[in-house]
Formats: sequence, structure tokens, C-alpha cells
Amino acid sequence: MQPSTTVDLNAKIPNNVGLADDPKLRRALEKWLPSYLEWWNDMGPTDFADKPVFLRTAISVDSSGWAHYDHIKMPDYRWGIFLNPRKEGESVVRCGDDAGKPAWQEVPGEHRNALRRIIVTQADTEPASVEQQRLLGHIAPSLYDLRNLFQVNVEEGRHLWAMVYLLHKYFGRDGRDEADELLERRSGDPDKPRILGAFNQPCDHWLSFFAFTMFTDRDGKYQLAALAESGFEPLARSTEFMLTEEAHHLFVGHTGMQRIIQRSAQLEKIDPNGDVRNQGGIDFDLIQRTINYWFTYSLDLFGGEISNNAADFFGAGLKGRYREFRQYDEHRALRGSYSLPVVDGSKLVDRDVPLRNAMNEILRDEYIKDCEKALRKWNQTLEQEGSDRRITLPSRRFHRHQGIYAGHFFDPQGNLITEEQYEQNKHRWLLVPEDNDYLLSIMKPVYEPGKFANWIAAPRRGIEGNKLEFEYVKLHD
Amino acid sequence: METEFETGPSRYRHWQVHYDGDIATVVMAVQPDGGLREGYELKLNSYDLGVDIELADIVRRMRFEHPEVRCVVVTSGTDNVFCAGANIHMLGLSSHAWKVNFCKFTNETRCEIEDAEAFSNQVYVAACNGTTAGGGYELALACREIYLIDDGNSAVSLPEVPLLGVLPGTGGLTRLVDKRRVRRDRADVFSTTAEGVRGKKAVKWGLVDGVYPRSKFDKAIRARAEKLAKTFGDGLLRGERKGVTLGPLNPTKEPGRRAYKHVTLEWDAGTRIANLTVAGPSAEDVALVERGADAIFAAGDQLWALRAMRELDDALLYLRVNLMDIGLVLVRTTGDAARTIAHDKALWAAREHWFVNEVIRHMARALRRMDLTSRSFFALGEAETAFAGCLLELALASDRFYLLDDPDNVVHVAVGPLNGPGVLPMSHGCSRLEAHLYGEPDKLEAVTAAAADGTIYEPEDADDAGLVTVLLDDIDWDDDVRVAIEERASQSPDALTGMEANLRFPGAENATSKIYARLTAWQNWIFIRPNATGPSGALTLYGRPERPRFNWGRV
Repeated sequence: MQPSTTVDLNAKIPNNVGLADDPKLRRALEKWLPSYLEWWNDMGPTDFADKPVFLRTAISVDSSGWAHYDHIKMPDYRWGIFLNPRKEGESVVRCGDDAGKPAWQEVPGEHRNALRRIIVTQADTEPASVEQQRLLGHIAPSLYDLRNLFQVNVEEGRHLWAMVYLLHKYFGRDGRDEADELLERRSGDPDKPRILGAFNQPCDHWLSFFAFTMFTDRDGKYQLAALAESGFEPLARSTEFMLTEEAHHLFVGHTGMQRIIQRSAQLEKIDPNGDVRNQGGIDFDLIQRTINYWFTYSLDLFGGEISNNAADFFGAGLKGRYREFRQYDEHRALRGSYSLPVVDGSKLVDRDVPLRNAMNEILRDEYIKDCEKALRKWNQTLEQEGSDRRITLPSRRFHRHQGIYAGHFFDPQGNLITEEQYEQNKHRWLLVPEDNDYLLSIMKPVYEPGKFANWIAAPRRGIEGNKLEFEYVKLHD
Repeated sequence: METEFETGPSRYRHWQVHYDGDIATVVMAVQPDGGLREGYELKLNSYDLGVDIELADIVRRMRFEHPEVRCVVVTSGTDNVFCAGANIHMLGLSSHAWKVNFCKFTNETRCEIEDAEAFSNQVYVAACNGTTAGGGYELALACREIYLIDDGNSAVSLPEVPLLGVLPGTGGLTRLVDKRRVRRDRADVFSTTAEGVRGKKAVKWGLVDGVYPRSKFDKAIRARAEKLAKTFGDGLLRGERKGVTLGPLNPTKEPGRRAYKHVTLEWDAGTRIANLTVAGPSAEDVALVERGADAIFAAGDQLWALRAMRELDDALLYLRVNLMDIGLVLVRTTGDAARTIAHDKALWAAREHWFVNEVIRHMARALRRMDLTSRSFFALGEAETAFAGCLLELALASDRFYLLDDPDNVVHVAVGPLNGPGVLPMSHGCSRLEAHLYGEPDKLEAVTAAAADGTIYEPEDADDAGLVTVLLDDIDWDDDVRVAIEERASQSPDALTGMEANLRFPGAENATSKIYARLTAWQNWIFIRPNATGPSGALTLYGRPERPRFNWGRV
């Protein structure tokens, strides 16, 4: 069955995968739906459940229809299942030993477990971030930001649907069990933690929210992009459509950080002593510590630098490089190597790793390049504001919990240091509990249309042609 | 570089042991850079022979040095992983013989864990506080009970077949269906699913005995350990529960020779033959044992029966991994036959003391090591030797027993209580006499009766009793023995290894003998098949960019 671009909006679960013609699957998903709503009510932004939010909903998967705006209450949001259309000639395995052969429309038996693991790991991040962000609405800096938060939340929920569809449709009983467990794990719960580290870190305030959507969601973009190159076509087309939504999340993170940086530069100028905190703003050291923290936790999400799994996934055609199909000519990657510094005793020495085993690192390279681009933009903002301050990205070796640099100690420049040196300095490099106290003390909700908290600049423009004064979330009837 | 098997608590690199009354906690925290050989890192609590040598030492010392311990909790000190099993890169770099010896030794250690539960009221519990894969799960399977952390992530698994194209090499398959009685179809699914099984399903399938969330895990394990310690505290043997320290053996090492106090191993690379000689107890040794359990206990690790068997064990292990080309071992035991039988009787009479029990159980394990050593053993009952009681077991463990029949140099063969059923059993549960006379029940009955009170045979009587392979007079001795040795040394070592393993264990099998016989034979075969270790085999290519390509022909 070729999914069309038309979305069946009248169905209980909007979709373009022909759910109406697949009663077994439809029943299974309709059975999962109440559990999902229960989870959303327990762990989502529940306190705002009855407030109409100016949300974007996909009503078709082509470029004209995927963004339809309207005020709706979040529990009424139409979580649906959408697969991107695919042009003729693109339905091929895009990487690995089978590159060039027709893409798989069903799960090949030999890759079933690996694919399920990949999908479950990706799926687990979606509800996790909703859980991490569930209380942020109470300290939103504006209705504009509040709306963006909720837009991100509902779309993460939809991404969970996209993955759960795959689990239900292609992975039988095991897939259904996994889908149930996705609703049982809880971010930060020591007994039922989410699978990946960054998704168990607290996200208590908006500085972390923006850093999270900037850095951690950006990992998501690259993971989704790598999966969009998968030889398992339903996965590739699901993730392609998710990427269109994910772009907005990155926009929220990137511009959120940029607006904080801009405001801090303004406050530094205003204050006679250049003391941003004195003006109720967020000082640059704290901003830098936040970047150091979230960037490095996000780097961990790419997995080990030298990885058997990465080689297997690539070789099997399950996960490609970033833009594998368009950007590369040679898709087998059996020859060639990748050089990276490894710790050898007390120094770093370069080591050549077979290309396939370095696929995580190759994807991480693309990610870091992307982050550097954002950093340049923020520094341009500082320049425009007449500030001499500059924000930097820490080294990829700093503060790592996964991969070959974990267990060693580096400064933010990437120099190997002793544990003692690290312990002495880490309060200067990473978020400390007092940072949280301070940020929570300045983050009071601003719910008046068009108004913004003192610690953040207003965005350049509103959403979908609306003014900043537009009531993006209707808190009062 | 030579591999030595002796170690001690002050030298452990990969394990910590905490003692708290009747509960001990053994914490696996493998040092990644602490591999026995170069070229691999022991990440994620993966192990090599060096790690297992330490574990074997812990298990042995637990019985001798910590007789107060009833429950041993095995857990991990490495984050998020209990144990990832044998290190794959180590296996990939190792010769076939090294892999086989490594697997055999790890199997023996797992069996020692079970032996401690069966005979020493020391019960092991696996507290799997993270991923438990391959050999890690097999280590857990050797424990009486297995508990797994329920964090939505940690699983137990045997990924060898789907990931590496080999078998779980440490008894995993056999223990699944024979010991834990996991249904065989579920065991099939489990053993072909690389990611394994976790949570409630692992309990339902009988793969683990329980799962606990992280916040309750330590407490639940502690409670269970206390309960088991109490249960296993009933029916203990007598004697003060004060440990006996196992001191170093300090063998003298020379080229071609390794000499202990009671055991000597000599070898010649040219002829590929070794001589293994064990000296029997002296008159003083016998007198000490005859003074009873308290005197035996006081002798500690200097007791002949303990020391000689520790030396034998160490010599066999040394031979296995360091003297790869030695194919035939000529076994001799010396000392006065009557004295050795007197020794055995006195030791047997004191067996209700925990330490004496440990000495006898240890003797059984050392002798099993011999049964399981892939070398030809010929026992030579020549002038100046005697094969009596526990030392007769060395002749019965050998593939052949040549005995001199010379009135001027009478070589005595004697049976005593330690040769009786169930005392020094082989791995399949038979005594060596039972295995030896499997087809001659009348003779077995006679010699068993003779053993109960202790009987010394003249050479001809020993032959009549069915104990001797070839009885030779002094005229024939030199030539016949020489020919037999030269013939043996000329035959295919592979065929001999297989043949000996087939012939040494007549009679019924049990789970332990299945592990050694069936599993190691299959595993060893699979290890050398191209689908595992050929240029495009799964084990060869693990961790490399290429994916395996199999020859689909079924053999």
C-alpha cells in the first residue's frame, strides 16, 4: 500500500497510511490511544489543558498542508501518523552492503531486533522531553514562548505516535510491548529512567529549555536524518516527516538562546558596573556554563566514537550518514578510515578507525558544524549589540559520559587534565545548584500579550504573520 | 610470556571482596587496561583468563579462608553493566588452543561455584545490577539464584549465536535447560536474540529469579542473602569456623622443570613428553593425620593432602597453557602403600570436620582437573613407585596404567576409603573405580569392598582385580614401555584429545559432564569453522566494518 499525500482527518487517528483499510492495526492503535492520553494527562503540560493554544497541525504531508494554524486545546490536538511521500527512484537501500537494492517495505528478519532497538531508543526520547518540560509553562517569559513550548510538546507527542505506529505495524507482539513500555518509563525516575542520559537530566527553567531544544533536539535532528536514510522505508519516511517538525524546535532553541544573549548584552550596557545579574538578567558565565552542560550531554547521545553498533547499522543499511543519498557517491564505506585523537596514557594520539566504525563520530561532526554555525550567529548578535563578549562551544572531549573520552578529564578547550584539576574547576565550567536557584528566582511568568520577561529580548516577529501582541495562548476566556 | 595461576587477595586487580559475617560480597570491577596479554581492553567488565584466575582464587579461598561465609553475593562495581562476558577482542586475537583452555578453565571455575553450594554450604547469588551478557549471564547461571535490576534497560542475554556465530562457551546453554529448566523453545528464542530479555519476561521465562527496581535492588539482595545464609547455616559440619590461609606454593622453576614440595613436573620439548611425579605422605604426615581432626586443622595449608593436591592442580594448569606441545605425561606416585592407605583412613575418619571435608573436596577437584586435561596420561608403576589410595586415583585418571611385576622390586597398588563411591567423583558423578570397571560389575564389587577397609595388592593381584592395563615383568618392561610411549607420541594430537575425552567417562552423564563433553566439543568445532573464524566469519569480523558472510551448508 502506497501511502498518499492525503490525510484522513476524519479518522480517530489522522493518518496517511491507510489505517481505515487495516482494521487490525487500527484496533491496536486505538487501544493504545487511551493509554497515551492518560500519559499525556499525567506527564504533559496538564495545568494548561483547557487553554486554547495557537498550534500548528499537519493536515497533509505536502509543503502546502503540513502547517495549519488554529487555536485548539492541547488534549484535542490531532496526533496523527504521517509518512513523507517519496519520489520514484529514491526507494532504495541507501547505505551499506545492500546499497542500491530496493528498499524494504517490511522488516527483514535478520535486522528486526536492531531496528526495533533503534526505533525504541528514538521513540523513548519523545515522551521524555515532554516530561522534562512539563512545569515550564508556569514560568514562561511570554505567551509567545509559552505557545512555542506547547507546540514543541505536542509535536514530540506526535513523534511518539510516529514511532509507535512503526512498532505496532511491523514488530508484532514485541513491538506492542515496547510501545506500552514507552508510556511506563519516566524521565529522571531512578527506577524507570528514560533510556538515554540527557533525557533524564532536569530541565527546570527556560535557559535549560532553550539550551535543550538548541542542542539536544539538534541531536534528534541528526539521528532522524540518519534514520531517514534507512533501507527500511517506513522508518525513513516517518523520520523525514518528523524532520520538518523538528526544524521548528531547533528554531525555538536557537532564537531563544539568541534572545537571552541579546538581552544580557543590553543589560550589561545598562548597568553602571556592567553587572547583568544586578539588572535581573542572566550573566554570560552562566550562559556559557549552560551551553557547556547541554552541548556535552547532547554529544553523548551520538554513541561511542569507535562503535561496532554504528558499523553494523551502517553495513546493514539501517542508518546512513547525514544526507547519505544526496551528499555521498560511495555508499558502502568499506574502505577508508577516520582519524581521531584517543587517550594513550597521559596524552592524546591520533588513531585511524575504519570508516564504518566511525559513523557515530562522522554524524557528530555534522552536528558540531551545525552548532558552530549557531554560535557564530549568537556572536554576531553580541557584535551588533556592541558587546565584546563572545560565547564558545566546548571541546567534544569535555564532560563526556559516553565513548572514548568518558572516564578521562578534559578542560573545555579539550586539553587532558587531572581529575583534581577538573574537580577544582568544574563549578566554573558546568551548571551548579546555585545557578538553578538564581534562574528560578528571576523567572516569573509573564502572561500579558506582547510583554516579555526582563531577562529575554522580544523575538523579531510573531508567528504566522501575527503580531507579538497576538494572544498565542488564551489563558482567560 | 608464561601464565601462572597462583594469585592472592593482595594481588587482585579486577575484583573486590567484602566480608560481613556470614555474607560475602564479590564485586567485579575489571580494569580495562589490566588484560593478561596485549592488544585488547577489558571494557564493560569483560574478562580474560587473568580475570577468571582471580575469580577462581576467590572461590577457592572462600571455602578455606572464610568458612564462616554462607552466602556469596556476586555483583558489579562498574556502572550499568554486571558483566559483558568474555572479551571478544581477546578471543579474536587468541589462538584456538588458547580459546579452548580459557573456556575450559572458566568452566571449571563455574563448576567450583556450584561445588561450593553442594558440599560446603556456601551458596552464590548473582546480583545483576546492569547488563548481563554472554559469559556474564553464564557466571550468573552458575549461581543458585539470579536477580536482575529492573530499569527498563538491563537485560540478561546470550548473544553468542546471533552476534558472533559461536556458542556460549561456559555452560550457558546446558544450564539454561538442565539447571534452570527453562523451556527449550524459549531457550531457543532467548539464545538467538542478541539484546536478550529483561524485566518481568525474564522472570516469567525462568531466566532470573526476580527483578527489582534500582531503588530497592540493594535492599532486596541483602534480604535474600540473609535468608539464604540462614537456610544454609543449618546442618553445618563441626569445627571452629576459623579460616585456613592458603599460602604461596613457591615452586622452583628451571628450564624443563618445575618442582614443588611434593610434586615435580619435568618435560622435554624434543620428545614432547613430561614426567609428573607425586610423592606420597611421609610417616610424620600420617602420624599427624592419625592424631585426628584438630591436629589436621592445625596443620592448615601444610597438610600433605592439601598441599600435594594444590601442587598437582597448579602443575596441571601450568602444563595446559604453557607447555602446548607436550602430548604425553608419564605419571608416577611414590611412597609407602601401607602408609598412604593409613593416611587415607585417618583422613576419612575425620571427615565430619569442615576443614577435612574441604581438603577431600579439593582433592576431588584437582583430580577432575586431570580428567579434563587434554594430554595423554600413562601411569608408570615402575620400581620405587606405589599407587595407593588417593594416589591410585592418578593411575585411574590416566589413560593407561603400566605395572611392573618384579619380585625384586615389588610395586604395591592399594585401595582405601577415598577410592570408594562418591568420595572423589569425576565430573559425571562416578568414582574412577566405577568408571574403570564399568563393564565388570563383579570386579567392581570386589574392589569396592576391599577399598572400604583398605587393601594392598601385589602386582599380579592388582592385575586380577582389573586395575592394571598392562602387567610387565622386568625383562619386558623397558622395551614395551618405550614402544608404547613412542607410539603414543607419534599419533595425531587432535584425534587423541577427542578419543581420550570419549573414553575417560563411561557411564551416565549429568549436567556438568554435558557442559564439558557436549558443549566444549561443539564449541571447539565451531571455533575453527570458517563461519566463525574464517576471513569472513562472524567472530573474525566482530568490531570490524565488514559484516559476516556465511557458508550456508549444514554439516
